[in-house]
Amino acid sequence: MIRAGLSALLSHWLRRPFQLVTLVTGLALATALWSGVQAINAEARASYDQAAETLGEARYPQIVPDGADFPQADYVGLRRAGWPVTPVIEGRLRAGGQSVRLIGIDPLTAPADIAPDTVEVETDLAGFITPPGLLYANPETAPALSGLGLRVVPAASVAPGTAIGDIGIVQGLLGQPGRLTRLILTGDAPGTPLQDIASGLTRRAQAESNDIARLTDSFHLNLTAFGLLSFAVGLFIVHGAIGLAFEQRRPVFRTLRALGLPLRTLIGLLSLELVILALVSGGIGMALGYLIAAALLPDVAATLRGLYGADVSGQLSLRPAWWAAGMVIALLGTAIAAAGAFWRVARLPLLASAQPRAWSRGSAAGRLAQGAAAAALGLVALGLALVGSGLVAGFVLLGVLLIAAALALPLVLHGVLVLAAGAARGALPQWFWADTRQQLPGLSLALMALLLALAANIGVGTMVQSFRATFTGWLDQRLAAELYVRASDPAEAERLLAYLDGRVDAVLPIVSVDAVVMGAPAEIFGVADHATYRDNWPLLSALPDVWDRVARGEAVLVNEQLARREALAPGDPLPLPGGDTRTIGGVYSDYGNPLAQVLIGLDAFRARYPDAPELNFGLRLPAPDAPALQRALTDEAGIAPDQITDQQSLKRFSLGIFERTFAVTGALNVLTLAVAGFAILTSLLTLSTMRQPQLAPVWALGLTRASLARLEILRALFLALVTFIAAIPVGLLLAYVLLAVINVEAFGWRLPMQVFPGDWLWLGALSMLAALLAALWPARRLARTPPAELLKVFANER
Amino acid sequence: MNAKGYSIALMFCASFAEAQGFAGLGTDAEGFAMPDAGYEFEFPTDHGPHPAYRIEWWYLTANLDGADGQTYGMQWTLFRSALAPTEGDGWSSPQIWFGHAALTTKTAHFAAERFARGGIGQAGVTAEPFEAWIDDWRLSGPSLSDVSLRAGGEEFGYDLTLKTDAPFVPQGENGYSVKAASGQASHYYSQPFYEVSGTLALPDGQVEVTGQGWLDREWSSELLARSQEGWDWFSLHLGGGARLMGFVLRDDAAGDYTSATWIAPDGTPTPYPDGAFTAEPLRAAEVAGRDIPVRWRLKLPGQALDVEVTAVNEQAWNPLAFPYWEGPVTVTGSHAGRGYLEMTGYE
Repeated sequence: MIRAGLSALLSHWLRRPFQLVTLVTGLALATALWSGVQAINAEARASYDQAAETLGEARYPQIVPDGADFPQADYVGLRRAGWPVTPVIEGRLRAGGQSVRLIGIDPLTAPADIAPDTVEVETDLAGFITPPGLLYANPETAPALSGLGLRVVPAASVAPGTAIGDIGIVQGLLGQPGRLTRLILTGDAPGTPLQDIASGLTRRAQAESNDIARLTDSFHLNLTAFGLLSFAVGLFIVHGAIGLAFEQRRPVFRTLRALGLPLRTLIGLLSLELVILALVSGGIGMALGYLIAAALLPDVAATLRGLYGADVSGQLSLRPAWWAAGMVIALLGTAIAAAGAFWRVARLPLLASAQPRAWSRGSAAGRLAQGAAAAALGLVALGLALVGSGLVAGFVLLGVLLIAAALALPLVLHGVLVLAAGAARGALPQWFWADTRQQLPGLSLALMALLLALAANIGVGTMVQSFRATFTGWLDQRLAAELYVRASDPAEAERLLAYLDGRVDAVLPIVSVDAVVMGAPAEIFGVADHATYRDNWPLLSALPDVWDRVARGEAVLVNEQLARREALAPGDPLPLPGGDTRTIGGVYSDYGNPLAQVLIGLDAFRARYPDAPELNFGLRLPAPDAPALQRALTDEAGIAPDQITDQQSLKRFSLGIFERTFAVTGALNVLTLAVAGFAILTSLLTLSTMRQPQLAPVWALGLTRASLARLEILRALFLALVTFIAAIPVGLLLAYVLLAVINVEAFGWRLPMQVFPGDWLWLGALSMLAALLAALWPARRLARTPPAELLKVFANER
Repeated sequence: MNAKGYSIALMFCASFAEAQGFAGLGTDAEGFAMPDAGYEFEFPTDHGPHPAYRIEWWYLTANLDGADGQTYGMQWTLFRSALAPTEGDGWSSPQIWFGHAALTTKTAHFAAERFARGGIGQAGVTAEPFEAWIDDWRLSGPSLSDVSLRAGGEEFGYDLTLKTDAPFVPQGENGYSVKAASGQASHYYSQPFYEVSGTLALPDGQVEVTGQGWLDREWSSELLARSQEGWDWFSLHLGGGARLMGFVLRDDAAGDYTSATWIAPDGTPTPYPDGAFTAEPLRAAEVAGRDIPVRWRLKLPGQALDVEVTAVNEQAWNPLAFPYWEGPVTVTGSHAGRGYLEMTGYE
């Protein structure tokens, strides 16, 4: 019986292979988008962990300087006082066209779990510590280092973008002989206080989470939200396909039950069938997800590097946990999508006619309940907007808003249709509107999916465009110098300054140190007193005469991120490393930078950090002279071409980072829309086969099949249009939340919202096209239905 | 692999990868200076390092009596191991230093070690005024005849002064100590007459101690022959004030090689060639998963010496990057006394 039952159930898929394809495709797409995003996140997190692992920040307390670095005599002093510390020098080196994080360690004092496994690759101590030395580099990074004149050993255990060498060798490569950037405390500190031996150093507890992971959390949450949205939209397809398959098999179910198959067994067999389908589709989805992730990962990696300085491997690796999670999500999604269908099977009346019915008509009560739920969610959203804080609250707000909008959609559509029906004159239009209303319950899920996809598109599009407009203007202000030059060492800087004397209008040193300000990593910059800054620096708010105050060293400027995080405003005091406090003179916008930043007057900076090397300079000169000077710097002053950047290239570079940041968002957007279009197709297909009983009388009354098909297409277009119009306010609300809540929480800056109606037209056309394509096939099928089939409706109760 | 293993993998698997013998001491001496049989020691200069040689040590042991009536043994060693026969600036120096500190009671044994790079000041030795240090471990004084020592690990420590008026004693033929029939040798002298006093720190508290100390100074580039597996090294303070240094370099292939120096109470050495001194293991104990002889019969017929040497604590195992047995012993038989025993190369 079980075998016969199973074969009876499965034979359905043989007769309707397209349904099978729909179901598998829908589930595979949903799984693919979700697991693709998860794979990207997992890869990035693994890279962060590996990077943090390199210096053991999670396991060992660190001893860090107030400024950028400190003399290694401090290290020797601490060792000789019994401090179990191991020295580290860390810096960035431009090599082979990329910036590589160089880490120098002392293999004799470093614990084994720092710079993991490196040493097991090859254990040539003499080759490692004595010049020329050797570097262990991530295999993706190793080729870039080939020109340094020392051996580079590829080692997979080294984090992406990173190379590890002996402390002395790396000091040499970075041009910082005798300097260290931090110490790692590998044991218990002895009684002698740190301050007695090395006054410029402070102890920092092991990091609970590493900085990069914290900084990039918002980015990954963004991706996750998109993955979840795609998954939800994909489930609409699955829901449609399963609903169709169950509806069409109602006679089979009834027959099987009438032949004595217990309900429990029937449900069991159906579950088994769905589990198999879910596993197969999940497997396909995982493969697709892997492809999507592999295709998107290089862009994501580039974004993370550009935005956060986080090195993420461009190579995707397969993780078992990821596979398991993907399959679970496929099963779970199938269960959610099939729950309603199962419920109906369980309540199948055994003796009633087994004729497939159109999906239950939405009753007025059902609509009211949906409307009430939507209103309640709207209130929740309002409450969250007023009192909620934090990134998670922001995303919950987004989610609640979207669900409320989706729930309200059938209500809106119903209202529109009632109005249209009221305005309709003549039998055919009245039938058209009434019939459309009758179909609404069956289509509303697909239309909700479309609404979500469209709203997300409008919202994200508006945010990205607003960001781009603001960012471009901001770049123009911020990058005011005509040329930017970097000297490779202090001697070259001296030669450069001597050469530039009299050749340019102004040389603006760009100096900075990494520091900890108000408990978080920050950069402190020294800023020259020059019209370049007075005229161009993008201040959001400031005290009067702010630049004079900064130049005198009385006031400092902070970036918007720091000001927002610590609720600072001009006039507030800001504690600086070293214990003194300065007044905040102004707040400036600083897009694209995750770190807090403080600007202090150049003289004050030099007094505070006399050891900070001045190697970077902005040059002011008449713009037309810039290319000539750029050439002269290379030819006459001997500055390598890759050390000079002109303003335009720098802007292009910055905009490039920006574009890449949102390339992934754009790709996911398009995919989501495609999935929504597919959802409409499956819904229409489902309905079209069930609607013969409703269409046959109209046909019998004289309407041709072709006109019926045209009406079907018209209906789909109309519904899509109304949904699209409804999506615009939802999308704008979404954009507002993204700009005013999510961005502020995630990045620390707020952007003015700008509206781009031209983009909507394009999107509207796109959604109409999707609806047209989705309706075309069912309509064509209707137009070609043999009249005999339609006649059967009257002849045969099936 | 723990931190120490990590370093030692670098140090020994690496630069001595092709080497035979314990701790790679049998490698060829390419580029390194070779011991010279005609060399005359020059003090205090020779108390300082000899970077042209591959390996060198300042090796201090002491048998101590506590105010609590217990006997103790202490060891402190500073090793210099050169990856190349040069001294370099800063981190580029190929000189590697490591230190061992150990403290033995009848029932417990504590050991610790340190590693450091030469060239940056973290470890080193100066001859005058004498100072040998690695991290916060320090053996220093106006001269090597009057030094104080501070060192320790997590559970133990010591703070001792060591003084003597006695001369330094050359081992072997005027300080040229042959280690194998094939000619491997080292420069080797000792100070076996230290009077020691000071304080030990133990988990249960501090103990005032006095006793006798012994310093070995040795440098070479090719200490062992390739087939030699390890050594058993005795340094004994005997009744009447004489001292005995004797070692056996074990070699299954070419036969064991022994050497001994009888040191009269006034410091006059009498060296003995291969075969004159014999050491026969009488009983082995299981130590750190291997069998180690903890009771020996030593004979030196030239001095009518026939004694049994017994470990004070059989488990005096230094579980360090290169592990070995090192602990105090008692001497009975034709001569009574005490001393130190070092055993290496037991697998």
